[in-house]
Parts: sequence; structure tokens; C-alpha cells
Amino acid sequence: MADGTVSSRNDIKLGDAYLAQIKTKRLMNFIVLVIFLALLGSGFYAADSRNAGGFWDGLSNIFDFPAAIFSEAIERAPLMPGYLANYFPSLIETVNIAAAATLLGALLGLLMSLLVTRRLAPVLWLVGPLRRVLDILRAIPEIVIALVLIFMLGGGPVPAMIAIALHTIGALGKLFSEVNENASPKPVEGLSSVGASWAQRMWLGVIPQVAPNYLSYALLRFEINIRASAILGFVGAGGIGYDLRNTMSWGVGKYDEAAAIFILLFLTIVVVDQLSSLLRNRLTHGAANTQVIA
Amino acid sequence: MNTVLLQNATIAQFSRRTYTSIAIPLAILAYFAYIFVAFDVAGLSERVNLNNAGTLVSDSYSYKTHVTQDNRDGSIAISIEGERKGQYAQGSAPDWVRLGDRTVVDLGEGHIITLGEQVSYDIPGYGVITARPDGTGVNAVFPDGDVPAFINASKNRVMIATDAGRFTITRARAEVFKYSYGWELFFFTLDSPYHGMGPTQLLGKAFSGEVSAIWQDFWTNKMWRHGDVFWALFETLLMAFLGTFGAAMVALPLAFLAARNFSPLGALRFAARRVFDFLRGVDGLIWTIVLSRAFGPGPLTGALAILLTDTGTFGKMFSEALENVDDKQIEGIASTGANPAQRYRFGVFPQVMPVLLSQILYYLESNTRSATIIGAITGGGIGLLLTQAIATQKDWEEVTYYIVLIIVLVMAMDTLSGWLRRKLITGDEGGH
Repeated sequence: MADGTVSSRNDIKLGDAYLAQIKTKRLMNFIVLVIFLALLGSGFYAADSRNAGGFWDGLSNIFDFPAAIFSEAIERAPLMPGYLANYFPSLIETVNIAAAATLLGALLGLLMSLLVTRRLAPVLWLVGPLRRVLDILRAIPEIVIALVLIFMLGGGPVPAMIAIALHTIGALGKLFSEVNENASPKPVEGLSSVGASWAQRMWLGVIPQVAPNYLSYALLRFEINIRASAILGFVGAGGIGYDLRNTMSWGVGKYDEAAAIFILLFLTIVVVDQLSSLLRNRLTHGAANTQVIA
Repeated sequence: MNTVLLQNATIAQFSRRTYTSIAIPLAILAYFAYIFVAFDVAGLSERVNLNNAGTLVSDSYSYKTHVTQDNRDGSIAISIEGERKGQYAQGSAPDWVRLGDRTVVDLGEGHIITLGEQVSYDIPGYGVITARPDGTGVNAVFPDGDVPAFINASKNRVMIATDAGRFTITRARAEVFKYSYGWELFFFTLDSPYHGMGPTQLLGKAFSGEVSAIWQDFWTNKMWRHGDVFWALFETLLMAFLGTFGAAMVALPLAFLAARNFSPLGALRFAARRVFDFLRGVDGLIWTIVLSRAFGPGPLTGALAILLTDTGTFGKMFSEALENVDDKQIEGIASTGANPAQRYRFGVFPQVMPVLLSQILYYLESNTRSATIIGAITGGGIGLLLTQAIATQKDWEEVTYYIVLIIVLVMAMDTLSGWLRRKLITGDEGGH
């Protein structure tokens, strides 16, 4: 009897303590939310005051430029197929920059990922330094390398390709090494027991396991790199971005051509996005299928 | 029978594997060969400007001091990088220059240049070159023998480039370049009283009440513009912060509309998804261009461009996360008589919040990089400073400085976002 009252008293105490704890937690969450919203609000205010044109002034003419482009594009609609054909080679160059950079970056990233995965690395003391190298490659925005390379190599697609490839090595190297961590060590152990070299162990023991994941990440990178390639063109590295800047800086009268470039760029990005997500879906599901069959 | 079939299948599979393991590297090689031709990589060796590359590398870790004599009136001007902002006051000079009727410049290792009506350069191991520039030419006299390759001489111009420095004589002026390591004037410019003081000396001054003056001189340094650089970094961060979190706040309600299990209307779902596709497909580059026409260059334009693009990305990712929500938890909450708001608050949010926050924080780091790039296009933040410094084609030490700052900023954001992700997600596992 006495025992029961004690425990129920304890229950009440515990309940109160729990409620109090929940209350403080909610209060804390609320305070954090308020601080966050205040930061966001004052951030927009600060950004607005440091902008050349104000937000409220600009808001009314936000549709002026798209409208100008649209009206001019519609006005000269018969010329549109010609423009599209005209800028298609530039588009191919932009896609090529992205593809070559992705391929180059993925191959080197693959090598790097094997060197920085502690379990697979042939030289252990290199793991730390190489990881820092990957961090730095990932941290540098492509535009920085591209601008410096344009100064040394002149304009054109090569600086853009190198810049994007370097960033891709950093990004994919890290993702690949995370995939490698999850690879089963058994095939590697089996291969090393029969005297396989490091390259053979990696090529036959690790890569077949992780290839679908690698491909899936590389495809995602390709999507990102197409956007990057278009942007780098805008600062002088060739491709459709370069044409876009030219049509814009020619000023009035070229908006119809800008519209053609917008359309090409938009379609490319959407098509590549869809294709790559389709392929990636198939890769992840297909991997399960082959495992069942094999 | 079965064994034979299996054997055949295995052989077929193996030959297919052998085939692909040869075909894929071949295809990659063929593609690279095509790129090699299409990008004219072979012609690159002609286009490459090694001089530019050399200046870039040497400028990034060294600086040069110009000592210039106007041959008409004999006046001497000394400045860092030949810039007015880095000019030594009249009558003052670094310790390797002795001002006087005949100014003597000691380039070290025995290289002595004497300025005056007659200029001379004593090169160890070669001899003394003298010149008497006047209206007729530079009238240079070289030691006997062939003129070596490091001297480029004509009637009106002599250029001497040695390891110790460069000496250029024209009719109008004689100019010495001395190269030194480091980033000169990084802390204080020459007109500041604190230039050339060591850290202990500065600390002493600081304790005697000159902190604000020291800070003022550092912050407004005309060569390195620390204040401007700080604000540029702040603008870049601001763009990333506003863009990322603004996009998250816009995308969250829209994601509910696009998620199959929350949106009752198929048409609405379809519309929301197409909005996301459109926002993502148009891409940051085009958003930046369109927005900068309306709002002008600056951080707000960049923030809005990131906001629009990422609303599409977040909308897609959030709606996928919402579709993966476990219904049992919501049913459980509903069985206690919870109203719809409570069902969302206790049934849905605790499940998706860690996922969404982790995605948002991941994008915060990636958007710091995007903000740099957008800043370079539209004009704002550290990206603008970087493009400006590159456009001058001579301030490579500043370019290096900005690149280092960008890398540090992005890595700091990476660390911060990783730390927050771990903290928030493990913190949330306790449940609300």
C-alpha cells in the first residue's frame, strides 16, 4: 500500500519533470526559430540595401526582360529554326565540355578514391594528405580555375574542361570512396590470397562491386557539369554560354537569338536530367537483378 | 543436359564480359580522341602563353619594387608594384636604396646600379654597363665581347634582366625592378605610421591606446582593401544563406502539393512538379541574367537566383522524402484523436525533418560555391572582386589571396554544415 503511493508520487514527479522538459525544449525550439527568421529577414534587408537596384523597385519590371525576349522571339518566330540550327554546334561543345570533364574527373576520381579508402589504399600515409587534396579540389569553384586558365591558355573549351574536371575529381573522389567503404572485403581478400597485385585486386575485386553506384554518381555529376559548362562559357570558355553573352551584350535586336539559346539550354538540361534519372533508377534496380541472377 | 546449358550460358556470359571489358576502354579512348580533335588540344601549345603563366606564378608569392628615375629632371620615385598607392614618400626609401646626387640601388649579391646623369649597372662576372641617356638615344656602353642574351639593347632602349632584378633604360627614364618574396603592404601601407613595425612593437602600441588607429589603418589598407574584402565575403555568404533557406521555406509547402500521399488532386500534383522542373531546368545562369536585369547587380540578385533554382531542387527532393514517410506513425497519432495539424506536427515532421535539414545544410555548402560563381557573373561578393583582380592581369597576388579566402570560406562552410548535420540529426533521434 505504502509502496504504491510512493511509486505513484514518483510517477507524478516524473510526469511533471517530463512536461517541464518538453516545455523548455519547445521554448528553445521557438527561440531558435525566431532567431532564424530574424536572421533571414535582416539578411534580405541587408542584401537589398547592398544591391544596385532595390527589390521593390525591381519587382515591377521583373517581367520586362522575359517579356521583351518572348515578344521578340514570337515576332521573329520564322527565324527560330535557323537560330536553333545555328547555335546547335555550340550546344554540342557545351555538352562535350561537360562529358569530357565528367569522364576525366570520374576516371581520376576513381583512382583517387581507391587511394584514399583506408581499407584499400596501397600507401597508408598518403590517405590523409590525398584527402586534403580532394577537399581543396572540391572547395575551389570551377570559375576560379577557369578564369586563371583562360588567362594562361586563352579562351576556348580546354580551360573549362580542365576546371570542371578538377572539381569533379574532388566531388566524385569523395563519393566514390564512401561507396568503397561499403564494398565487401571478401573478394579482395580472396584475390590477395592468390597473390593478385594491388591493381588486380582493385580491378577485379572492388570495381565490379561498386561500378553501378559509381555510374549513378557520375551521371548525377554530368547533370551538374552541364550547368557548370554553360556558366563557364559565359565568362569566356566557349560553348553556348559564350554565345549567350555575345547575344546579350550586342544589346537590342538580338533577344530572339538569346531566346533560341535559352530554349536549347533548357531542353538540354531537362532531357539530360530525365535521361540520367531514368538510367540511375535502372542502375540501382538493375544491380539488384544481376545479383539475383548471378 | 542442364550442365551443358549452364556451361553454354557461362561461356556466353564470360565472352560478353571479355567483350565489354575491352569495348568500354576503347569507347572511352575513342571519345577522348574525338575531344582532342574537336577542342583543338594540339593547337593549344601555340595558344598557351607561358609568359602569362610565369607572371602569375611569380606574382603570387613575390612582389616587385620599382625605382624610377626621370632622366629629364633627375627625380627619383620609388613604389611597390609601380602603383601610386604603394609609393614611398619623397626622400624616404627602402634600405637597399641610398638616395643622393647619385642614387645607388643595391640589388644584392654584388649587383649595384647607380643612377644619375650617367647610369651604370655593375653585373658580377660580366662587367659594368654604362649609359648616358639624352635626346639622341641611351648611348649605352657594354664591356668588350658579345652582348649576352639577358641584355636586349637598341638605340633608344636597353633592357637587362638578371636574377637580381630588371633594369630598363630609355631616353625618358631609367627603371629598376627588384623582386622580393611575400605580400608587401599586406597589413599597412607606406603612409601608415605602423608600416614596418613588428608584432611586439604593434602590441605595445595597441596597449598604449592605439588599437582603433591600428585597426583603422589595417581595415582601410588601400592596396589590399581588407574592409572591402570582408564585406565581399559577407555578401557571398549572405547570398548562399538567403538563397538556401529561402528556397527551403518556399519549397516545403509546395512539396506537400507534389507528394502523392499528401496531395489529393492529381492536377495540382502535376502542376507543382512541372513548376519544380521548370525552376530547375531554367538553371541558375539564366535566372541570374533575368534577375540582374530587374534588380541590378548585387547580393539580392544572387540570393534570388539561388532561391529560384533551389526551390526546384528542394521541391523535388522534399516531395520524394514526403512520399517515403511511414504512414503507421501518422495513423498512430490519428488514433489518439489528433487533428490534422497535430498529425503533421507529430506524425510527419519528426520523420522528414532530419532528412530535409540534412539536404538543406548540404546545399548551404554547395551554394557558397554557387554564390561565388553567380557573383562573378552578376557582380557581387568575392566573385566580383576575383574577376576584377583577374581582369587587371597584374594583381595576381590579390587573385591568390582571394582564391585562398574562397577555399577557406567553402571549407569552413563544409565543416559547419557537416557539424550541424550531425548535431541536428542525432539530436532529433530522441524524438519530440
